[in-house]
Amino acid sequence: MIRKLLIANRGEIACRIIRTARSMGISTVAVYSDADAGAAHVALADEAVHLGGSAPAESYLNSEALLAAARRTGAEAVHPGYGFLSENPDFVEAVAAVGLIFVGPPASAIRQMGLKDAAKRLMEEAGVPVVPGYHGAEQSPERLAEEADRIGYPVLIKAVAGGGGKGMRRVDAPEDFATSLASARAEARTAFGNADVLVERYVRQPRHIELQIFGDVHGNAVHLFERDCSLQRRHQKVIEEAPAPGMTEEMRAAMGQAAVRAAQAIGYVGAGTVEFIVEGGEVLRPDGFWFMEMNTRLQVEHPVTEAVTGLDLVEWQLRVASGEKLPLAQEEIRCEGHAFEARLYAEDVPAGFLPATGRLAHLRFSDLARNDSGVREGDEISPWYDPMIAKVITHGPSRGVALARLSHALEQTEVGGTVTNIAFLEALSRHEGFAAGRVDTGLIERDLDSLVRQELPSAAVLACAALAASGMDAPPVDFTGFSLWAPLQRTVVLERDGQQWRIGVAIRGADRVDIEIEEEVLPCRRGARGWLIGEARAPGPARLLDGAVLVFAGQPWEFALPDPLARESAEAMGGNIVEAPMPGLVREVLVQSGQMVERGDRLVILEAMKMEHALSAVRAGRVEAVLVEAGAQVAAHDALVLLDPEEEGEAE
Amino acid sequence: MKLTSQAVTGSDAFRANRKAHLAALDMVQEAAAQAAAGGGERARTRHLARGKMLPRERVANLLDPGTPFLEIGATAAHGMYGGAAPAAGAVAGIGRVMGRDVMILCNDATVKGGTYYPMTVKKHLRAQEIAAECHLPCVYLVDSGGANLPQQDEVFPDRDHFGRIFYNQARMSAAGIAQIAVVMGSCTAGGAYVPAMSDVTIIVKEQGTIFLAGPPLVRAATGEVVSAEELGGGDVHTRLSGVADYLAEDDAHALALARRAVGSLGPVPDVSANWASPEDPAYDPEEILGVVPASLSTPYDIREVIARMVDGSRFDEFKARFGETLVTGFAHVHGCPVGIVANNGVLFSEAAQKGAHFVELCSQRRIPLVFLQNITGFMVGKKYENEGIARHGAKMVTAVATTSVPKITMLVGGSFGAGNYGMAGRAYQPRFLWTWPNSRISVMGGAQAAGVLAQVKRVGIEKAGGSWSDEEEAAFRRPTEEMFEEQAHPLYASARLWDDGIIDPRKSRDVLGLSLRAALNAPVEETRFGVFRM
Repeated sequence: MIRKLLIANRGEIACRIIRTARSMGISTVAVYSDADAGAAHVALADEAVHLGGSAPAESYLNSEALLAAARRTGAEAVHPGYGFLSENPDFVEAVAAVGLIFVGPPASAIRQMGLKDAAKRLMEEAGVPVVPGYHGAEQSPERLAEEADRIGYPVLIKAVAGGGGKGMRRVDAPEDFATSLASARAEARTAFGNADVLVERYVRQPRHIELQIFGDVHGNAVHLFERDCSLQRRHQKVIEEAPAPGMTEEMRAAMGQAAVRAAQAIGYVGAGTVEFIVEGGEVLRPDGFWFMEMNTRLQVEHPVTEAVTGLDLVEWQLRVASGEKLPLAQEEIRCEGHAFEARLYAEDVPAGFLPATGRLAHLRFSDLARNDSGVREGDEISPWYDPMIAKVITHGPSRGVALARLSHALEQTEVGGTVTNIAFLEALSRHEGFAAGRVDTGLIERDLDSLVRQELPSAAVLACAALAASGMDAPPVDFTGFSLWAPLQRTVVLERDGQQWRIGVAIRGADRVDIEIEEEVLPCRRGARGWLIGEARAPGPARLLDGAVLVFAGQPWEFALPDPLARESAEAMGGNIVEAPMPGLVREVLVQSGQMVERGDRLVILEAMKMEHALSAVRAGRVEAVLVEAGAQVAAHDALVLLDPEEEGEAE
Repeated sequence: MKLTSQAVTGSDAFRANRKAHLAALDMVQEAAAQAAAGGGERARTRHLARGKMLPRERVANLLDPGTPFLEIGATAAHGMYGGAAPAAGAVAGIGRVMGRDVMILCNDATVKGGTYYPMTVKKHLRAQEIAAECHLPCVYLVDSGGANLPQQDEVFPDRDHFGRIFYNQARMSAAGIAQIAVVMGSCTAGGAYVPAMSDVTIIVKEQGTIFLAGPPLVRAATGEVVSAEELGGGDVHTRLSGVADYLAEDDAHALALARRAVGSLGPVPDVSANWASPEDPAYDPEEILGVVPASLSTPYDIREVIARMVDGSRFDEFKARFGETLVTGFAHVHGCPVGIVANNGVLFSEAAQKGAHFVELCSQRRIPLVFLQNITGFMVGKKYENEGIARHGAKMVTAVATTSVPKITMLVGGSFGAGNYGMAGRAYQPRFLWTWPNSRISVMGGAQAAGVLAQVKRVGIEKAGGSWSDEEEAAFRRPTEEMFEEQAHPLYASARLWDDGIIDPRKSRDVLGLSLRAALNAPVEETRFGVFRM
């Protein structure tokens, strides 16, 4: 058995691996970048080694530094987690070359699955069904268009070296093919340095169902049932579950056999996932699934499989990597109950799911869920890495129970200090179609408006926020809220989504407050179990942060408490500054100081979370100053371009 | 040590007492509500329409969230000036700003434009006196047209009139007690000196004005036509004249600037450094209303009140067996060590000696004193005069007058005659003086006063050979009795600022705690007593 393990990763997955390794008696070595010096995974591990700068290329993608760290600490094995170097065959070889164990498949298996068209050919040969398509080397637009005609529209153009939805386009009609091809290629070139694409049939009402497989060095392979990952937004998984709704034994047997065949075809060792696209509809047809790709690593969503099988997948990985046989035979593996996983991110959903940053001034998880997290209260969500806060995983004897637990756990999850997608996840967990098991990969996009609908806070939520902001929510201390006769009449200003509430707070004593919202008075009383707003219990706990107040009532309601002292400077600059909407890297600056711009002209291209965002002029005018250069890393709300306040163009 | 209450909380007497006290409280509550409403609905609506906060909102929003406000003179000028000046047109009190106790004085422009009635001046000066004694920084939220002209003879000329406000500002500034003004409305004539005499002044843009003479007076005097803003608006004073230092966008911004100014005053005095951790009394303060008799003439044990005021109801009684009509002893209130001097009947020579002894003791140990006053006076009669009760009383008065420890006085019953002196009445400059709704204050009881006058009258009539029927005497006595009754009432007293306010007896403990906290912002000086007549 491995005695010391280096985890070549960060965040929740590093923490997750460390916990299992520790329980198995394995010493752990964490690695970290500058930005992660105080991170949770560093604190959790037995040892930690600094790799380099915050940029992934200088740290978590720096294989030399990783191997040096392993050598220095005497680690015998390297676990890559997911992302970063987990599917990089060169790294696997480099690990092996210095005599260390790579916890994962051999480099050959990764290479075989790495290029999508080759992988599909291989699978076809192994008898695994694949979607009709063109995976050829000939990449002329004419040839690709011909192949698309042969396959039949709608078709999907995908980057050969792609993943995560980058360089992917759906084309519904032949006349759109050329433009879509061009943009897919451009994106592929930026993302992967390889513009080659493949063309496939587009499956309607598609569902994404994947099989968890495991192989060992003794030639055994099993599957650990399926996961349904159909709830996606722009090909990013949002909520995953196991088993798949509507799954039949016949279908599962067919898919399981195909997955195991796929693994055996490439001599797979360790944990892997075989992704299938499945045609949705009333019933699943055993011939209605096709191989998409194979992920040669542990998946983000592996905990749902752990929940229904009762197994620890990391433990299996480590045992297999140590040369043990698979712990269980296929028929010994059981699937019990139902499990869900929701991915909790720091992101601004109403602004278009923009990644967010911030210090987690407040963080509480629900006891109803398993919460895999790599951050603690007080930690920073930095712009350098994936802004995941946690994976919230629930299990139950039935799908209904597990889903109800998920909704409730999300409701009880409290995050302060950054915007999150909790409200969106909760809305999704209550979606009627989802609850009924009618899932497909288009569900979120179709119902996006209702899922991100911004409701107005209730009077009770506003009252809770006002109580906290006026210092009355905290447990009373000596003299809290004391006045002789007339109540203390405070005014609390709350702001949210451009809306402002002025709330009158009449403090009549430590335990009695009248809250006036839009001329309605809500009498509040402090009871033994917290505040009563009118007759009802307060809708949720409130937390006062620096400059903001949060009420966790079904969803997190964050209100800014405007600082009157901040007003001058803000008003002085109003409207003339183009700010970075999110943290990111300045790709390109398209204007110069002194240049006249029209409204809508692109000024700066910002790259954040591998997406490019064009920042345009909101009005015409003259550029007074450009405050950044291409290549600069900027934080959210950093000023990028200053427009001349005097010279407003005629286009206005 | 721990007091044991003899009260039966469910008894008829308890319920009857409670009912009477609640009725008395209602009267005060109503008066306080009237005062808090300021100049009435129309004036308030007009004030709000100008984008200004109401005075009590200004005060509350200046304070740290959730923290207490100890208001003084809440019912000042009640029943005076034909009801024209609720709360004497100003809100005053001690609150916490950036963790520091400060004295706040806020004009109420809805009351005759915030102009100063005689009681307004008295309230302002009283607030300054407390601030000076307790070393509390002063924040003036100014919105006032200056002196109330029809009342000028009682506002302007005398020592303790308008001019004294600015004298106090200068003296306090010299003593290192910060003076901060926020000009949130007019600041005319004499009023202009409040911001001008302050260490730091904030003015609200297009709302605050400061000038010695307003536009109408300027026009009358020189013919110059000028707008208020041009004459003395925020822009003028922060840019041209230098009368103000910070320009605020609005009330909220101005209050935030004032908070910042207080925040920069240096380290906050740690008043509770050697306090014990606070503890609730073992007996509920709510029961005070039932244990204290409705009538002042019904005797009761003052320890029943002490048990409902002090931490853990623990009372280390000093000299319990000597001079029993005065109860003295040590206790804690909200953790603050105090010496309590409380009446439990008429004062005899022994009680007065004991009182003097106890005050000396507390002075030596620098323990603040709390006086619970319920006193009809010193005992009278040949025996007592001959044994020198005046001499013994003088000892107590000397001790109380000259001690340097902070004194807090609470009128929990009667305050009559020389008893008032020995028990730290207003003339003895306690840091704070609070009264209960059932308390009465006068030189002697109304019946006694009328009796003395009738006695003199009868002697005169009978000397001249006339006769005076009992009916005639009763008719003679009635107006005196009625006058005493009216003037002894706490609302009458508080209207004239003979005290710092009427309080709800159930809040006595909190009021004491806050008063002690405020008082201890100033260091306790060493006491030097005068000559005791031995």
